[in-house]
Amino acid sequence: MPVEMITGNRAAALAVQQAGVDLVSAYPITPQTAIVEDIADFWARGELGGEFVSVESEYAALSYCCGASAAGARTFTATSSHGLAFMHEMTHWIAGARLPVVMAVVNRALGAPWCLDPDQGDSLSQRDTGWIQLYCASAQEIFDTILQAFPLSESLLLPCMVVLDGFYLSHTYEAVELPEPEQVKRFVEPPRFAAQVDPLQPANMHGLASGEEVSRLVRERHRDLQRVPAVLKEINERFAAIFGRRYAPAEGKALEGAETVVVTAGSIYETVVSALPGLDKTGMIRIKVFRPFPAEELRSLLKKSEARRIIVIDRNCSPGAGGILAQELKSALYNDGSGPLVQNLLLAGGIDLSPQMLRQLVMEAPADCSGDLIMEQWGVDLR
Amino acid sequence: MITPEEAQNGGLLYAGHPACPGCGAALSVRYLTRALGEKTAFVITASCWSIIAGLPPLTSLKCPILHCTFPSAAAVGSGVKRGLVRKGDRETNVLVLSGDGGTFDIGLQALSGAAQRNEDIIFVCYDNEAYMNTGGQTSSATPYGTRTATAPFPLYQDRPKKDMIRIMAAHGIPYAATATVAFVDDMHRKFAAAREIRGFRFFHLLSPCPPGWGAEPDETIHLSRLAVESCLFPLYEVRDGEHYTLTYRPAQKKPLEEYLKLQRRFHSLEKEQLEAMQRQLDLNWQKLLQLIN
Repeated sequence: MPVEMITGNRAAALAVQQAGVDLVSAYPITPQTAIVEDIADFWARGELGGEFVSVESEYAALSYCCGASAAGARTFTATSSHGLAFMHEMTHWIAGARLPVVMAVVNRALGAPWCLDPDQGDSLSQRDTGWIQLYCASAQEIFDTILQAFPLSESLLLPCMVVLDGFYLSHTYEAVELPEPEQVKRFVEPPRFAAQVDPLQPANMHGLASGEEVSRLVRERHRDLQRVPAVLKEINERFAAIFGRRYAPAEGKALEGAETVVVTAGSIYETVVSALPGLDKTGMIRIKVFRPFPAEELRSLLKKSEARRIIVIDRNCSPGAGGILAQELKSALYNDGSGPLVQNLLLAGGIDLSPQMLRQLVMEAPADCSGDLIMEQWGVDLR
Repeated sequence: MITPEEAQNGGLLYAGHPACPGCGAALSVRYLTRALGEKTAFVITASCWSIIAGLPPLTSLKCPILHCTFPSAAAVGSGVKRGLVRKGDRETNVLVLSGDGGTFDIGLQALSGAAQRNEDIIFVCYDNEAYMNTGGQTSSATPYGTRTATAPFPLYQDRPKKDMIRIMAAHGIPYAATATVAFVDDMHRKFAAAREIRGFRFFHLLSPCPPGWGAEPDETIHLSRLAVESCLFPLYEVRDGEHYTLTYRPAQKKPLEEYLKLQRRFHSLEKEQLEAMQRQLDLNWQKLLQLIN
């Protein structure tokens, strides 16, 4: 396979071209702009395969993908920072509509004040929308992850964000192995998911539903999101057979006997890996899949160590709560502690809590949760 | 001319839909889909039609419906059209259905973007002149002199309504037209013409809303007719952003007051406000006549 020195943004654009998209709709924003400029260039030279549409806002870019995806087309867009924040309503809508849109998010801080540096708060603050979130650590990984995002997203009917740090990844030149088009064709097949707008099978899609119906739909999405690690494993088996590389939801290094473990996400991991070689009793872990959060994988990675100290590096802060990776890791670790059982009643969709439901919850001993300290229960099952 | 047999044809609208009695928006869809035919897909933004379309899996239309967020309608519709074409379906007309809020206010950015790109879709605004699905709050389509839930007595809407057709014509789109339910033939002819045109097509439909306007349900057609006969809502079309054609000229211009007095939203206005409304109407009518080629 030829190796080229390219930027992370270029790697993203080349992956989109090779995967074969029907439609790319986009709006410029630093540091993402180079991705859509390259895609526009492929389109201008007749080398994109699909169509490129330059629209009037990020909100429209994602809305355009929403419509085309509902017609059964494979879609892609890319954004950063304020662009993603502006899209927020559509990120919820697309996840709820079960549309497999793939979007590259190039991290950048949100204002005020204006700032171009790669704070991860833009993508992390979309964590409750129901998108798969995959964080990349190198230009090669950006290329590979975008190729994987299409089959992953389309098989689960869940939208997917592929996240890369602004500048450190988006604008830095790295060596990337670029496969032959035939190899990519063997890996990414043309889209086969069902169209929601089908004149031969007319349906009324996404009109008004009850809270109870929505609760069931959210539960289905929640459970389908949790299938990501298993589906990703299969996808990586196929990927490794063709390209010789594979990625796990979370990965670690030097964990055996480590008393200190550094945990982070994105390209910071490369800094960690290069700055701590041979440092005594120090291991490191990278979170690649942030949604769904790989709690089980992280717990089993940490079990390999003797960690008495975990250093979590967060290039973000949720004011009033702290670093987002640290919050998520702390709650994943709770299950390994000796605290009380946390029984979590989910009333998603806005359903009511009845006194009977509450009594049932309090009076009945929880079913065997096999040692888990966190247990989910759904309100729709109790009424 | 629609024959009596054709008048029985419900278009793509099923009987038993949940619109209010006398709803101009439901009638409009019945009429316009007769002209567009079965190969139509609807994209519907947040509006009364989010409800009229029925609670899924029930449906009020014999064609696909995709609901979308309030500001996104024109962009989602454009995406649906291009997606269908990519999948090999070049025939299906994509119709974006929006209320006045989704057109004049929150949807204007996406609408302007799609019109400027000359997307191959039909955008239909059914204008009931306020946010009627949420109980009648002021929109920028609410005419001067109207009392609304957010402009209650002694307040009233004190700014003129946006001129939506001229905003759209300024984009140079192939086709823009007004229509309203009292003039079925006119509406039918315009939608049949729009069906044969490629590119962006825009419709502004005046759509009486009996509960929102404080009128009787059986006055819908009468109100629609009076709006045209008084020249408050002239029937015309604009081709390529510049060729204006009046499609109906009232034999004798009726006084605006006849239209206003049937609606509680205009009650208890002072004489001078009523006169200001008539003056504004006369001015708008004169300006339109100057544009007619």
